[in-house]
Amino acid sequence: MSKFKKKGSKEAPPISTASLPDIVFMLLFFFMIATVIRDTSILVDQEMPKATEIQKLQKKSLVSCIYIGRPIKEMRSKYGDEPQIQLNDTYKTLNDIPDFIAKEREDKIEAQVPQMTTSLKVDKKVKMGIVTKVKQELRKVNALKINYAATEDNDR
Amino acid sequence: MRKTRKPPQQINAGSMADIAFLLLIFFLVTTQMNADSGLLRKLPPLNTDAEPPKFPERNVFVVLVNANDQLMVENQHMDVSELRAATREFILPACNDPDQPVCMDTTLYVPGAGPKQVTLTKHLVSLQNDNNTSYDMYLRVQNELIAAYNELRNELAEEWYGKAFDKLTDDQAAPIKVVYPQNISEAEPKQAGGPQ
Repeated sequence: MSKFKKKGSKEAPPISTASLPDIVFMLLFFFMIATVIRDTSILVDQEMPKATEIQKLQKKSLVSCIYIGRPIKEMRSKYGDEPQIQLNDTYKTLNDIPDFIAKEREDKIEAQVPQMTTSLKVDKKVKMGIVTKVKQELRKVNALKINYAATEDNDR
Repeated sequence: MRKTRKPPQQINAGSMADIAFLLLIFFLVTTQMNADSGLLRKLPPLNTDAEPPKFPERNVFVVLVNANDQLMVENQHMDVSELRAATREFILPACNDPDQPVCMDTTLYVPGAGPKQVTLTKHLVSLQNDNNTSYDMYLRVQNELIAAYNELRNELAEEWYGKAFDKLTDDQAAPIKVVYPQNISEAEPKQAGGPQ
């Protein structure tokens, strides 16, 4: 009998997957920090115009969005082809904008109200008539900081 | 005799990865990544009583966009690509040109560089569009106007501080904003040509 016993089988030990959860958690945390919750489903066509002088909006909590554009395909039979204004989750009219801004202001601290920005997300094919009317409504309720949403233009 | 202590039973952590993946996928689906970006503007307050300030004609840079997305600048047809240079030329003080705004010399205190002699102009860029102008065109025109200001501000910031304008502190940026104030005024749009 030999003194050196062969130890067990020759199979490699199983690869430890203990660090897998750590890696996945790292990814998870990255996504939790780098993204925001999608709050509204967009019911209008959105093709943003391009611009070179864009600035990033800081403080997302102080931004309220007004979407303007042609209704999406599923809604066209009901709402027609004309550009619609979308506030929160439904189509609204111009008269609802003051209420919308008032609601947005309600849960903010008073000092933050002047910093609130209204982001106009307008499809590039929309005519200026409706946009101007929206701007007039915003002026009436003194929501003067606006942002014309646009995407970065790398060609020009 | 005491029993030898058993090592504690290992907990199987194999499902931990699955749980983390579930969470990860949940976040991937319910969140969006795109940062809001765009052109920041400020609307004038609605004050019907106040008379709009009068500017002499040579101080006003008139930009008109019609329903067919054509651009007219100071009564001349122009392409959008030329607008930036034209705006720049207008904003830059040129005291002897009768078509350009009136100049005045002042001294500004520049943080870190002391008092500086600068030439100011009282200019106004007046933008008017039609109700049927497309939003795309409107934004391109706005973009070019803002670009002209940004270029000039950046050049001055480089000269005074050796930095780009958006890297400056508020104190440093203030005198530059005095030299190149963004005076873009928007007139009420006209309804001309085409149905509403």
